[in-house]
Amino acid sequence: MNRTLKKLGFWASVFVLVSPAVLVFLWMISLSLKNELDNTAFPPVFIPDPPTLKNYVDVFAQNDFGLYLWNSILVTGGAVLLGLIVGVPAGYGIARGKAHKFAILILVARMTPALSYLIPLFLLFQITGLVGTITALVITHLVITIPIIVWIMIGYFENVPMELEDASRIDGATSWQAFRHVALPLAKPGIVVGGILAFIFSWNNFIFSVVLGGKASRTLPSAVYNSLTFEQISWGPLAAAALLVTLPVLLVTVIAQRQIVAGLSAGGLKDG
Amino acid sequence: MPRVEPGHDGPERMTSTSLPARLSSAAPVSAAATSQDFTPRYWLFSLPAVLVIAAVIVFPWLFTLYMSTQDWKIGGGAEFVGLGNFAELAQDARFLESIWHTVYFTVLAVVLPIVFGTAAALVFHREFPARGLLRTVFVMPMMATPVAVALVWTMMFHPQLGVLNYLLSLVGIPPQGWVYDPGTVIPTLVMVEVWHWTPLVMLIVLGGLAGLPREPYESALIDGANDWHMFRHITLPLVWPFVMVAIVIRTIDALKAFDTIFVITQGGPGTASETLNIFLYLQAFQFYKIGYASAVVVIFFVIIIMLSLLLLYARQKSKWNT
Repeated sequence: MNRTLKKLGFWASVFVLVSPAVLVFLWMISLSLKNELDNTAFPPVFIPDPPTLKNYVDVFAQNDFGLYLWNSILVTGGAVLLGLIVGVPAGYGIARGKAHKFAILILVARMTPALSYLIPLFLLFQITGLVGTITALVITHLVITIPIIVWIMIGYFENVPMELEDASRIDGATSWQAFRHVALPLAKPGIVVGGILAFIFSWNNFIFSVVLGGKASRTLPSAVYNSLTFEQISWGPLAAAALLVTLPVLLVTVIAQRQIVAGLSAGGLKDG
Repeated sequence: MPRVEPGHDGPERMTSTSLPARLSSAAPVSAAATSQDFTPRYWLFSLPAVLVIAAVIVFPWLFTLYMSTQDWKIGGGAEFVGLGNFAELAQDARFLESIWHTVYFTVLAVVLPIVFGTAAALVFHREFPARGLLRTVFVMPMMATPVAVALVWTMMFHPQLGVLNYLLSLVGIPPQGWVYDPGTVIPTLVMVEVWHWTPLVMLIVLGGLAGLPREPYESALIDGANDWHMFRHITLPLVWPFVMVAIVIRTIDALKAFDTIFVITQGGPGTASETLNIFLYLQAFQFYKIGYASAVVVIFFVIIIMLSLLLLYARQKSKWNT
């Protein structure tokens, strides 16, 4: 009797924990599949009847959603790729060279509010005429991707045993070859984790694009936000757009949940 | 500037691993290799990152410091005012109010996720059917794009048509003003923040629970301890360093909270939810007071550095790096 009660209580707590996440996402889906009449009905209509895909069609038809999607792919793709090219060797250099002070700098960079980079970078891009370009956004997103990638790579390279590299160098390998052919393959899981987290945080970033993005170079989050304020779009298409914006990161979360959990308990920090 | 220390531990390594290894190695070693191998120039690997970080991270910091001493408006000139911006901030009622909002928001947005997140970690630490799937679902809010979710929350908070007031009416609670009422706007925004970031606390504490030893529990069971005693006297003390890490991270994140507040209220109604970060944004990009906003950034930065050092200390105590 006591055991059953305990078990029941346990499952009740699981239910309570998971339901806020489930309910918000379900409501998002519900809004996106209902017509305007049902969305503004009171009491609210919970289950779309009949469900309609019109909102999704509208999102693509009435906005430059395709363009913004492409912008997001360019900005996030560029920033993650550059971040990996620059950040992975840096993580190696810091881990092997025991450059603790540099590591602390990376941590502080990781902690600093994104907003605080925005004023100087905005002025800089104004002087160089880059405001409103994809290039400016890619450069700014490096502020997000490099620290997270370096930080995670330090942890992974510290776990790669030194002996293998020593052995390869004794056999005449240069330190670059030792890195490229010995350490790098062993740290591959770290590269995957760092890349995934950098992708998520860069994709989700909002404020950089609000300030630095032009009408044609906006990324998805700020584009969706702007459609709310300036075009007074109705709830259905807005919910559909919001869902489309966040869908890629949710899919990545589901597919790569093990790596993400590993990376977050190692890096443990979100973006600013 | 960051100072990279090349070959910091070169000498020890030479005596401990490399030298004996080399002596026992039968492979012929070229003269050039011997002279370089023992002090590898690791800083070269970091050089590209150092250059990029200097350009997009350190330069903005220094430039901000410089701007904070200027009376600088976009479109107008710049004039050196020393600490004048800071003196002005100290007199600025709106700034002081935003600090109070930030403290109010931060305290709630730290305490609640810590409590819920630790509880969630205890639940997800147990074995049960579909645990992996449910954990993924639980973690999803923290991955979701904040702007997208904030838009949906805004619809749910709608005073007339919002689903939240309808749900409250079902259990006989009168409709709330949510983010439209200056009295409830901050707790409501905290609710969104809790929804978003409790999973992060859960993950950090779960990582701590995974490393707990089994023996204390076994002996406690023999001594007839109940669940609460075991939690209070074994689990909590052991996992506390991880909770500390989570507290520091949550504090930094809560201070930085921007996206959801900006999307849902933009600091309103009036200035009722204007936190430091929103104040900073408005000064810089609404009023174009660049120097003034930079002074706010400098203050912010000092707070963040102090908290980061605290985090490093907490991390060291938890030996939490993989």
